[in-house]
Formats: sequence, structure tokens, C-alpha cells
Amino acid sequence: MAFCAIFVPDFLLQAVVRYEPALRNQPLVLLDGPPPVFRVIAASEAARQLGVTAGLTKAAAAEFHGVQIRFRNREQEGAAHAALMDAAWSISPRVEETAIDLVTMDVAGLTTLFGSREKIGLQLQSRCLELGLHVHLAVSENLETARIVSCAHRGPTIVSAGQEALCLKPLPVDLLAPSEELAEVLRHWGISSCGALAALPVLSLSECVGQEGVRLHAIASGKGHRALILAEPRHVFEECLELDDTVEELEPLSFLLGRLLDQLCARVAARALAIRIIRLKFELQPSFEEAFDTSREMVRVKQPAGTFHCSLTLPRATQDAKLLLKLLRLRLQGQPPNAPVQKLWMSVDTDRPRAVQGGLFLPAAPDPDKLELTLARIASVVGETNVGSAELPDSFRPDAFRMRKFDAGDADSRKAVSAVSAKVHGELQKAKINFRYLRPPLPAHVALDAGHPVRVSWKGNTGKVVHASGPWRLSGQWWAENFWQEDAWEVELSFAGKTLLSGTYCIVFDAQQKKWFVRGSYD
Amino acid sequence: MSWSVSSLRLHVESALAGRVVSPFRFKEASAPAVVPMGIAALDELTGGLPRGCLTEIYGPPGSGKTSILHSALAARTQAAEACALVDAQDCFDPVSAQGSGIELSRLLWVRCRGIDPALRSVDLLLHGGGFGLLALDLGDIPARLVRQVQLNVWFRMRRAVEDTSTVFVVLAQETNAKSCASLVLRVEREATAWSLPMQETERRAVHTPGCLLDASRHSAEMVRSFQRRKKPLFIDQAKNCEPAGTVHFQLISDKRSSEEELHEETSLAPQVFEERSQNPG
Repeated sequence: MAFCAIFVPDFLLQAVVRYEPALRNQPLVLLDGPPPVFRVIAASEAARQLGVTAGLTKAAAAEFHGVQIRFRNREQEGAAHAALMDAAWSISPRVEETAIDLVTMDVAGLTTLFGSREKIGLQLQSRCLELGLHVHLAVSENLETARIVSCAHRGPTIVSAGQEALCLKPLPVDLLAPSEELAEVLRHWGISSCGALAALPVLSLSECVGQEGVRLHAIASGKGHRALILAEPRHVFEECLELDDTVEELEPLSFLLGRLLDQLCARVAARALAIRIIRLKFELQPSFEEAFDTSREMVRVKQPAGTFHCSLTLPRATQDAKLLLKLLRLRLQGQPPNAPVQKLWMSVDTDRPRAVQGGLFLPAAPDPDKLELTLARIASVVGETNVGSAELPDSFRPDAFRMRKFDAGDADSRKAVSAVSAKVHGELQKAKINFRYLRPPLPAHVALDAGHPVRVSWKGNTGKVVHASGPWRLSGQWWAENFWQEDAWEVELSFAGKTLLSGTYCIVFDAQQKKWFVRGSYD
Repeated sequence: MSWSVSSLRLHVESALAGRVVSPFRFKEASAPAVVPMGIAALDELTGGLPRGCLTEIYGPPGSGKTSILHSALAARTQAAEACALVDAQDCFDPVSAQGSGIELSRLLWVRCRGIDPALRSVDLLLHGGGFGLLALDLGDIPARLVRQVQLNVWFRMRRAVEDTSTVFVVLAQETNAKSCASLVLRVEREATAWSLPMQETERRAVHTPGCLLDASRHSAEMVRSFQRRKKPLFIDQAKNCEPAGTVHFQLISDKRSSEEELHEETSLAPQVFEERSQNPG
């Protein structure tokens, strides 16, 4: 058996630094507590060197030169913990959620995949670093030894089999997390290290402090055993960022979105997945009129902040953060939030990554990622509803179609289709006359003779009907409000002096509006 | 400082190292691959639509350029290639396109309202790449507006499509791309054939309820082609002789029940077409 423990020192601070890497080497303090009495709950090494200690008020902490002050954010801590779990799951499926800042996992049998235990430790450390977490690591054949050593040493520390007691000997007994009563007793006895506790006789210890003492004695001796409580792998990927100052423009907002996307893509990639849907939620700053309501002078109730939702669905799952950021920018350019943003949430739905198997003899098709970006750019020019592929609904109504998202199809389907088409379409089909629509149809004046059109006029041009075919009577949806009924004619028109206009047209008489229209021409 | 030819050549070569393999070697233009249009007569005339080139098909409304485009699109989409149609005036008819054999799911349709968004969309699609056929339909835009598109726009498009496997087709009422186009076709409608089963009965109107649009006959002239040079037209030839590089082709209507039925009536072409167009009643 082999276990690995990953410990995140200064977890609360690292949860904040994940989103603001520039703060990593700066004096940083974290405030929490009921407003307005905020107290320092954590301080970075640089801040501690300046003299900042836990429990200081916000005003006192601000007195120190250069100290960066942030507020505790539990959502960011949750995301950091989820990232830690993702890093662990990227190596092994047997992971225990020991604490919010500590993860223990079974790494037995992984040497064939990653090499020696040192390499497993280094691999884990680099994956955690990719997710913005600086961690301590320990690998041991004993679960509890790995946990305690990871909290004490920077690592990665590899504890050889049989060396557990020796490794634990100098470590403080507080790392064993004794109860308050037992800690008090041990302090009275002068037991400060694990080695001193392991040296005590077990029977006497059991008589004096009970079973807890025996359990801690076994752990301190490197012989404590317990089963790993496995955590169920989660497929929820969410990141959150709360801003001190609101953001109004797209440029700084996309910078923040890029940070969130980098984190999410790294987490998703660690789990060998890819992003399929991105969901964005912004908490918007309430407008000035809402926040400062002069009609209620005595009691001013803070209005709830508005929210902005936006989602982006990709035809192919991807892990490319730059591509996703460009797509999000284009989406937000088209649908910008209507107020400054003060908090951002981003969650993603995942899918298996696309496995691309190219072929020399496959028909041409655009690269799906590039195509998605191109379509988004075109949509920003012509509108989102005007780009896609047409789909014909089950309707007799002329010009009935709906737009759907264009998908060039995967390589396998193209391969299959191209093979079929090569066989079937050996001979050419007979070319047909095609129709061109006038959208919207042009109002026209039609002269009738015995119920048949003889002259058609629109936009100052009058054409003589040479041939006509019709009426093609069409109607539908009589049960609904948008029912339609029309008589359509195909007419060949001849325009005196304007030969360019002469051609075959389709004119319709709308029975509801009692008007004639030119629907289009045959070309 | 005096430069000898060899040292100058060496200097240029070293400056372009990594970007241009051999700047002083003559690069012989290879003949582009061609794809069929789907209309036998036009394929025979032009050799097909060249890949990596700009092809221009122009003619007045009703001349049949849309049908040629749809025929080419049908051939490409049925070969499982992704195609794109930038529709400058939103006039594409999905129903008749499907009837022509176009696989609508493989056709990206960009509905624009004007030239500017259409040209921007084409730029984006050309640079995105990967399409088997990209069509820019300016057929319903007035010719005076299309004329205002500067020549450098066409040059840019030609450059963007070069060295790709994309067939770039532009439909318009007049030719605009000039020398940027590798293939230019001018199409015209010659006549339309209508079936008149009750023609013998005495009626005031020229048409009857049984009258159907059967087919139309068109001519296509190859105005320009890098692939096939036009045969010279000698001035001592007879006046009624057809110009070189011109073919006639026929388009049938969807309303015809079968091709055989059409064949019976229209195989007499061109006499039938001409008679009907001159004396419709």
C-alpha cells in the first residue's frame, strides 16, 4: 500500500491568491467577521514579518505599509478545494476528502504509470501548481504518517517503509490533533513531540487517558491504520470572483473572465474532460436611484442586486481557454450587461474531449474550433439568428424554414457520406430552375381579366403577362391565429423597354390582406 | 559600397531565410484542381469550377445563375464537403435548394442585408478556411452598388482563396472582379417553356389552369478562363454563327412530374422554345 497526502498551507490566503497571482509575494491579510468589526483571520508570511497578527482590526491592519487587504470569500475557498480534489483525481480515483485544505489518496500501483514515488509526488505538485495551489506532499505506506508529515514538511517527502516512527519523531504532538483535554494532559506531562509520545508505555497510557491516547500513540509510532473514506468524483466545475471595484467595460471584464477560464480549463483538463457549455452569471451593481431612495429618509433598505445570465454552447467540447475567451468576448459584445459588474460566477458543463482522426482523403471541412470562432464573429456582424444552416419544418407554408446551428459534421460521418456519394452520384442530376425570394415580398398591383392576371406593376414598372400558371391555392393553420391563405401564380412577364426585368416571377394574392405581392423570381 | 550579383543574391536569400524557400526560383503555376458544376454542358465548356480561384457568374435576373450555383452546391454538399453561402440580399430559397439536391445541413447560410456585411462575412469565412465551396450572392444587389466595391477588395479575396481547396463563386448582375477572377461566365435566359394542354380551346387569356412552367433554356458564355482559352472569332465568319465559348443548357421545373414527360416535349429544342417564346398563344 502507498498513500499520498496533499496539504495546502495558508489555504484561506491561497484561495484568494489563485485569482490574483500578483499577490503571492506581497503582504496580504484576510478579514472576516460581522461588519463593521472586521478582524484579521489570516496573514501571509510577508505580512507576518511586518508585524501583522491575527485578530487585528481592519483599521489597524491598514496602518502597515503596503499590506493588501482582502475579505474572506467562502465560494473561492470552495473552488480552491474543488481544484485540489481535481488535482488528486487526475492521478488516482481513490481519494479521501480529509479536510478543506488536506486530501489523502491511494497511490498504490501507480508506479507503472508515473514511475517512482518521487515522480508521483512531483507530478502531483506540478498539477497543483497549474491549478494555482502551492502544496506540501508526503508519500508513505502509512496513511496517518503521510497526513502528518505533509502538514509538517514542504516536500515532496517520501517516507520509506519502516521509517515512519523515525520520520514522525521530531514532529510536534499537536499535529496529531488531540482533544483539548488530552492536549492539556500531554502538556502537563511535558510531552511535546511525537517521539516522546511514542516512547510512553501503551498500557499505562491507556489507563491514564483512555483509548484516544492509545490511538494517538499508534499514530505517533507510525503504526496507526484506518481505511480510506473515498469521495465520489464530482462533475461540477464552478469558479467565482468578487470584485472590490465594479467593472463596467468589456476589456477589463474579459481580463477577469480569462482568469476564471484559465482556472476552469486547468481543472477540466486535469480530469481529462473538455468544456461543452459555459454559463456566466454576473451580479450587477444596483443603480444609484435604487440604492439611494430619497422617498424613504428614515429607513433605507438596500435593494437586491440585479443579475445577468449568459451561456455559450459549443458544438465540440474544447479545453482551449483562449478560444473560449474570444467566444465569450464576442457574445458579451452582442449582449453586454446593462450595469457595472461586481461579482462573477462561471460554471461549465463538461464532455469527453474530441478525438480527432484526420484523413488524407476526407472531404474539406473547417476546423470545428476555428469555425466556432468564425461563426461568432459573423454573428456579431449580421446577427445571431442570421447565421446557420436552414432546416425545413413540417409545413406547407411557402418560405417556412428555421435556422439551426451550423455543424460541419465529424470526420467519421463525412467519411461515410463521401464513400456513399462517390457510388451513388456517379451521374449528374438534371439541373432545376431555382427560386429567389424577395424578403419581404413587394406589394404589387395586378390587373385581372376573367380572374387571370394580365398585367403586374410594382415600383413603377409594369409588365405584361405572357404566360401564367395558377392559381396554386395554399392555406394552413386555420385553427391558429396566424392562419394563412393565398393564391399563387407563376407568371412570365415582359417589360417594354426594360428587358432586364423580364423573367418568370411568382405573384401571390393574400386572401387575408386582400392584396397582391411579388414573392420572388425564378433564376 | 558595391554589390556583386552573387553577394546581393546571397544577402536577399539570407534575409528571407525561413520565410521563402528559394526566392529566385521560378515558381511555375500549377493547374488548379477543378470540381464539376453539375451541368454537363457547362462542365464541358469550362472544365469545371477551379479550386483556390475566384469564379464569377453574372447575368440579369432570371438568367439562371442561381440554378448554376445551386447545382454546384448540390454536387459539393453531396460529396460531404462543407459549403457556405453569403446571401447579400437574403433571397436564398431553402425549399428549391433542397429540391436541387443541396444537403442543407452542410450548407452554412449567412443572411445579410447589404454589401458591407456580406463582404465582411466572406472575409471571415475565407480566412477561417475549410469550406469546399464558398458563394457570395450579389445577384439582387443593384449593379451600380456592386460597381462601387473597390478592386482591392476583389484582389484581397483572390489572395485569401489562393492555395486553398475552396471554390469561391461570386454571383452578380455584372462582372466586377475583372482580372481577379480566374473564370468568368455570362449567362442569359433564352426562352421559357410552358405546357399548354388546353391550347386548342378558344380562350381570351393566353393561359389556362392546366398551364405549367416546364423548363427554361439558357446560354452561357465563357468570358474569361485561365484554364481554357477562348477560340478566336474570325471576322470573316458568318454573322449568325455562334460566338466561340458559348453553350446552351436547360433547366427543368420542379412541377414536372417526370423527366421523361419533359423530354418528350422539350427535346425538340431549340425550335420549341423559340416558337413558344415568340408565339405564346
